[in-house]
Amino acid sequence: MDLNVRAEVKNLKFSYGDKQVLNGVTLPIYENRVTALIGPSGCGKTTMLRCFNRMHDLYAHANYQGEILLHPGAINILGKEIDPMEVRMRIGMVFQKPNPFPKSIYENVAYGLKVRGVKKKSFIEEQVEKSLQQAGLWNEAKDRLHSPATALSGGQQQRLCIARALATEPEILLLDEPTSALDPISTRHIEELVQELRKEVTIVIVTHSLHQAARASDYTAFMYLGDLVEFGASEQVFTTPKDPKTESYITGRFG
Amino acid sequence: MRTKNQLKKLSEFTSAKHPVRRMRRLKERAIESLLFLAAASSVLVTVAIVSILVTESIPFFEKVTLKEFLTDTEWTPLFENAHYGILPLINGTFLSTMIALIVAIPLGTVAAAFLSEYVRPSVREFLKPVLELLAAVPSVIYGYFALLFVTPLLQKMIPTLGGFNVLSAGLVMGVMIIPYVSSLSEDAMQSVPSHLREASFAVGASRMQTAFHVVIPAAFSGISSAYILGVSRAFGETMVVAIAAGMQPNLTLDPTQPAATITAFIVQVSLGDLPHGSIGYRSIYVAGLSLLILTLCFNILGLWLRKKFQEKE
Amino acid sequence: MEREINPRQELLSNIRRRQRWDFAFAMMGLMSLLFALLTLLALIVDLAITGVPRIDFAFFMNFPSRFPAKAGIISAWVGSLCVMLTTAFCAIPLGIAAGVYLEEYAKKNWFSQLIELNIINLAGIPSITYGLMALGLFVYQFKLGQSILTAGLTLGLLVLPIIIVTTREAIRSVPNLIREASYAMGASKWQTIRHHILPYSTGGILTGVIISLSRAIGETAPLITIGALTFIAFLPTSPIVGHVPFVSFKWLMDPFTVMPIQMFNWLSRPQEEFHVNAAATGVVLLVMTLLMNAGAIYLRSRFRKKMKW
Repeated sequence: MDLNVRAEVKNLKFSYGDKQVLNGVTLPIYENRVTALIGPSGCGKTTMLRCFNRMHDLYAHANYQGEILLHPGAINILGKEIDPMEVRMRIGMVFQKPNPFPKSIYENVAYGLKVRGVKKKSFIEEQVEKSLQQAGLWNEAKDRLHSPATALSGGQQQRLCIARALATEPEILLLDEPTSALDPISTRHIEELVQELRKEVTIVIVTHSLHQAARASDYTAFMYLGDLVEFGASEQVFTTPKDPKTESYITGRFG
Repeated sequence: MRTKNQLKKLSEFTSAKHPVRRMRRLKERAIESLLFLAAASSVLVTVAIVSILVTESIPFFEKVTLKEFLTDTEWTPLFENAHYGILPLINGTFLSTMIALIVAIPLGTVAAAFLSEYVRPSVREFLKPVLELLAAVPSVIYGYFALLFVTPLLQKMIPTLGGFNVLSAGLVMGVMIIPYVSSLSEDAMQSVPSHLREASFAVGASRMQTAFHVVIPAAFSGISSAYILGVSRAFGETMVVAIAAGMQPNLTLDPTQPAATITAFIVQVSLGDLPHGSIGYRSIYVAGLSLLILTLCFNILGLWLRKKFQEKE
Repeated sequence: MEREINPRQELLSNIRRRQRWDFAFAMMGLMSLLFALLTLLALIVDLAITGVPRIDFAFFMNFPSRFPAKAGIISAWVGSLCVMLTTAFCAIPLGIAAGVYLEEYAKKNWFSQLIELNIINLAGIPSITYGLMALGLFVYQFKLGQSILTAGLTLGLLVLPIIIVTTREAIRSVPNLIREASYAMGASKWQTIRHHILPYSTGGILTGVIISLSRAIGETAPLITIGALTFIAFLPTSPIVGHVPFVSFKWLMDPFTVMPIQMFNWLSRPQEEFHVNAAATGVVLLVMTLLMNAGAIYLRSRFRKKMKW
């Protein structure tokens, strides 16, 4: 099978003030595949994920070096000349804790289109329905589209956040430990969802749970103290790790 | 051996009947009572204000009917041919407040959004207290500024403008209450959790879109209390209007005219020498009571609006 | 893939459009801030240009006079000082005690809720109504007259909510760990408050005290209402006397004027020379207020840095 590379991380270094968080990571992201970033707390996996849509630009003292090339076209999304807004319009993100706006379900999903200035109501309605369906929330939400999103359960809220990110048809979807605040059933639900979604969108997921990475991802990157230790097909990483550090992590000796 | 002795002493000390412990308990009770009295005394202040205003006002309404008070369009309690219609004073109060709010609410809110959403924290930490200095300047100095700086400036633009006018007083009052509006609004915007902001930026919203669609709606409750505080300040502001607006009760909506607010009238009467118990003396209490009721009504209205909005959320 | 060229151009122009709005809004914010700060600057400069040349030693040492060139503010600044002392003496202990009670002792019942609601309301009541209350209660019912004591009490009650609220905020910022540590050593509630909570919140409380006094020193309306005189050509009775017990509190019952009233008085005269005197008084008043506020800002930032729990 021939795989397209959708994005390439090239020697990515990141520091926050004086604190070096990433020491030069190189990694491909394959199209329509799920790439999991794993590693112990503080290894830099979330930091790296947030580089993908320039979230660090919101805070002072963030400093990037290296490149993340978005294909096709090989645009370096970390480049100074690239507006973070462009990156965020092309790459969606879902956060650790569900963070719906205190607005209605409909307004939440339509928000991305609204900020782009889309006015056509029929198109917005179409997109809202489509993305809620993709996120597996349509059946639960279709009768209460205009009730507050904050009344949904935690798992539903997180699926709503996924729908919100999908409504603008991003090229890559970033998931930052999307299930860490959820119960096991909701977690299961989201993992199944990820399997469905990868047919349409490239996914990068940060996870704390090794089971989740093994179950839900095609590729796995193991990070440790700001370095990429090992990258490969998930099956290989979890069954025959090449690096002893990876092995001791996945066998639960540290982390 | 010291231990045995010491232990005995300690156990004695810890017994509830020991005089030292009893003293200590007594002292604790006494202190608590004293502190309680201090806290309760704040209620007495309110009771004193309300009861004095009411009791000193009652005799006024033995001479003046409520109908005359509320419908007469002239307020000349100190003249031979006295009229006791509160309308011109309320009109003056509302007019100057409106002008002040037209300045303070847009400028204060935009400045708050700018400080909260656009400026680096270190710059914000510096600018906010500087802006708050505007609220620290004594109001009599603002009166000076309105009368001798702003009015001459306005006269260059509007040649017919008199030396005393509501416009200048209202504009200066507006600047004066900017920090009340901006500081509290900014606090409210800052307390909007950053994950909501991140969610908005993550779908590609600009700073302005994030501010208008996410931060300001989420902070609405706090922003509205900032507005209420601003209005209360404008209602009760005295010296600026007393100095720059001319202290003439005037039932007009023309801001270039002189006018008197409720507060300015009270100052005007207090500057003279009115005998205790005369109708002129009573009239300042009636004016004060009206002001208190107006302020209270407005505060309640604000609370009600906020509740209503929060329920909708 | 076609997706690349056309859609990206569209995306970029969409971003550019929104960023123009963003920039315009940022400019509006900057303008609003600048407008407010420049107004403050204009006020200070205008006052200083007129007032500063008038200030000399004699201005501080002369009584007010019908002749503007001879007039001074000695009765006004001495009056302000005496009124401030009285205000501080009445409001600080009462305010801190009330703040400590509400934060450390008050149980959640209807009465403490009433007190809290009441304090919020008091802070929103126009200052002139305090003056009306004082005129009816202190001047006529308690027969304290139009004295320094009446003025001090009035302003004391006026700033009480500020002191209570800042005291509570300061106490609340002391973490519970400290309380628990103190109780664990067997300290009583009052000992915990005296030895730990109050010392650790001194910075915050002091900030509130300074801000409340700076507010009181500039207050004019309530003092006019209680009938403070605008023309005083004498000083209050000396607090030190030649016979036992060598201190006297007679000054508390003396009539007085204060700086803002003196300024207002000069401002309401038609002659321009008096306006100059008003500006000079304004400069003195403004310098004192700004110094107090700068002190409060400094204290607050210092304690915030020092007290990192």
